[in-house]
Amino acid sequence: MSESLREIEELTEASYEYGFSTDLDTDIAPPGLTEDTVRLIAAKKNEPDWLLEWRLKAFEAWKTMEEPDWAKLDIEPIDYQALSYWAAPKQKPVLDSMDDVDPEIRDMFDKLGIPLHEQKMLSNVAVDAIVDSVSVTTTFKETLAEAGVIFCSFSEAVQDHPDLVREHLGSVVPVRDNFFAALNSAVFSDGSFCYIPKGVRCPMELSTYFRINSQNTGQFERTLIVAEDDSHVSYLEGCTAPQRDENQLHAAVVELVAKDRSEIKYSTVQNWYPGDENGLGGIYNFVTKRGRAHEDAKISWTQVETGSAITWKYPSVILQGDRSVGEFYSVALSSKRQQADTGTKMIHIGADTTSSIISKGISAGRGQNTYRGLVKVLRSAENARNYTQCDSLLLGSDCGAHTIPYIEAKNPTAQIEHEASTSKVGEDQLYYCRQRGMSEEDAMSMIVNGFCREVFNELPMEFAVEAQRLLSVSLEGSVG
Amino acid sequence: MLHVKDLTASIGGTQILRGLNLDVGAGEVHAIMGPNGSGKSTFAHALAGRDGYDISGTVTLEGEDLLDMEPEERAAAGVFMGFQYPVEIPGVNNMYFLRTALNSVRKARGEDEVSAREFLKVAQKAMDLVEMKKDFLNRAVNAGFSGGEKKRNEILQMAVMEPKLAVLDETDSGLDIDALRIIASGVNALRGPDRSMIVITHYQRLLDYIKPDYVHVLVDGKIVESGDHTLALHLEDHGYADFVNHDLDDAKPLSGVSS
Repeated sequence: MSESLREIEELTEASYEYGFSTDLDTDIAPPGLTEDTVRLIAAKKNEPDWLLEWRLKAFEAWKTMEEPDWAKLDIEPIDYQALSYWAAPKQKPVLDSMDDVDPEIRDMFDKLGIPLHEQKMLSNVAVDAIVDSVSVTTTFKETLAEAGVIFCSFSEAVQDHPDLVREHLGSVVPVRDNFFAALNSAVFSDGSFCYIPKGVRCPMELSTYFRINSQNTGQFERTLIVAEDDSHVSYLEGCTAPQRDENQLHAAVVELVAKDRSEIKYSTVQNWYPGDENGLGGIYNFVTKRGRAHEDAKISWTQVETGSAITWKYPSVILQGDRSVGEFYSVALSSKRQQADTGTKMIHIGADTTSSIISKGISAGRGQNTYRGLVKVLRSAENARNYTQCDSLLLGSDCGAHTIPYIEAKNPTAQIEHEASTSKVGEDQLYYCRQRGMSEEDAMSMIVNGFCREVFNELPMEFAVEAQRLLSVSLEGSVG
Repeated sequence: MLHVKDLTASIGGTQILRGLNLDVGAGEVHAIMGPNGSGKSTFAHALAGRDGYDISGTVTLEGEDLLDMEPEERAAAGVFMGFQYPVEIPGVNNMYFLRTALNSVRKARGEDEVSAREFLKVAQKAMDLVEMKKDFLNRAVNAGFSGGEKKRNEILQMAVMEPKLAVLDETDSGLDIDALRIIASGVNALRGPDRSMIVITHYQRLLDYIKPDYVHVLVDGKIVESGDHTLALHLEDHGYADFVNHDLDDAKPLSGVSS
């Protein structure tokens, strides 16, 4: 063994000792990010060597990279060495009754109309009602197993299905894709893994909500969904309850692989804590989401983003196979001091590929909302077609809406359409609704929901209903 | 039912209504006619409670002070306005809008909300009244409607809301003769002993179909002449010239205006 290698090992050992052995009761690593931190995470999770190597490669890449600064976001500098990168999956403190739950959150639950037993589950209140949800979860897992669908935490997948993970991890979002993706690749904690075998139509909507062990996956979440030929899956991420989290920085990566003639529908409702009116607190949400669509495959992203202080997110589709289809439906709301720079990338590689983009941006309070989208048609993409529609709605006069479309077409047969509009909720509309007896807030919420209709139509039914309620709650106090 | 006394309204420093007096009894239909810019629409908006006007005077509906109320409170008190330019609300289903409107006023009055099934019955009756096809309720509120459809939608809403006081602002403008007939017969069907109406129009034509109990001439923010429906015929023949040239201070409302 060379001298330098030994040195590294010694250092690693030392750090390892420092991180864990000295204080076995603590499950939080000390702040700071070094190669040792990465090794520590891999060791703690008992990961195979190939994954550690992969993480280290990502870490090396990350060190050489810089934070992107092209987004229209005003971000306080983040001290990456001040963060802690490992916290064992924590149990939320178990509460005795709903009375112990933060009244503000309870209030929000009521407004959202979430049933009591779900409220308890979300707040981790220990009650017998939990029995119901346990049985629901069990039935759910049995049904999936019968169909051959694998749906588990990312950590379990690494242990139980290492070949599948190894084959696809990083195949859509390479480790050096961008600053945040590299960071995630180096230190990701956990997430979801989902595999749909050939020809299988997943018998139910897959929701992280039901995979209870995914709670507290931490700030660097990693999700991988693989749909084999002729399969179909609809995946729901997030829940509409308010998610308070002490971690301010979230950098998640989601990779979708849609093999020939398969379809993946990925829906997100994101409602992280947005911070207060003065911009204090709130989550920084830096997400890399991308799918690769093979021949005749279809990937559809639907997102409703109402939370987070800062959202930096561009769910994208690489339309690699001929006749593949990419879709992006988005509602992004920025109120208070929230900033959102979000959109999509549609990369047309195969022939006869089509993509459509429907983006609805809503700005209220002092929120800033930017749509940023790239439609790229490579030389190989004969007869590629894209339709983009970006609509912005302004509530009030202290907010902003921006639309920044990029179009790069290298094939002359491409057909690309872009439509954009910006409107203000009119006094006339509000007056009309109020003359018909509705309160100003109800009227506002009705008008805004109408504006988002095309996107909500893409969401599964119960999700759409909750998304509407969520939007109304998020807009409270934006009137007048 | 409705008492309007010394009503003035100005917007941005421009005086539009200059002491308007009007009494409308239960079940009566009053037509308000006047040249462009005389303040007809402002009067309608002052009754409905649109923001942006400086208002003085008193307006009471069954003894309740309307001027103190927000627009939605006036709606709950029984005021309905048929808009001259009905507003489009993209993405909001017409049926959902109507049901929300109906349930909002019912809630404000302490009544139970109507169920989807009950509502469908009410809506169906209203649709028959204005000869609307079924798909009408499933379209977005006024979005992409023709001029005639928008006006018919107003009358449909009125039929569902069952107001005590309906203020119809130039409901006849932009209508062809068939649409005018449909709307007029809808309005006539909704006349009743407990419902008062104020029909604002520029032309006498509408009053061939909706026969008012009283006709008032509004000029320069005041009612300068009142009479029965023959007054409308007089206006048809002679225009507003007689009244515009009046010395406004001498204008006396005719007798016969009920209170």
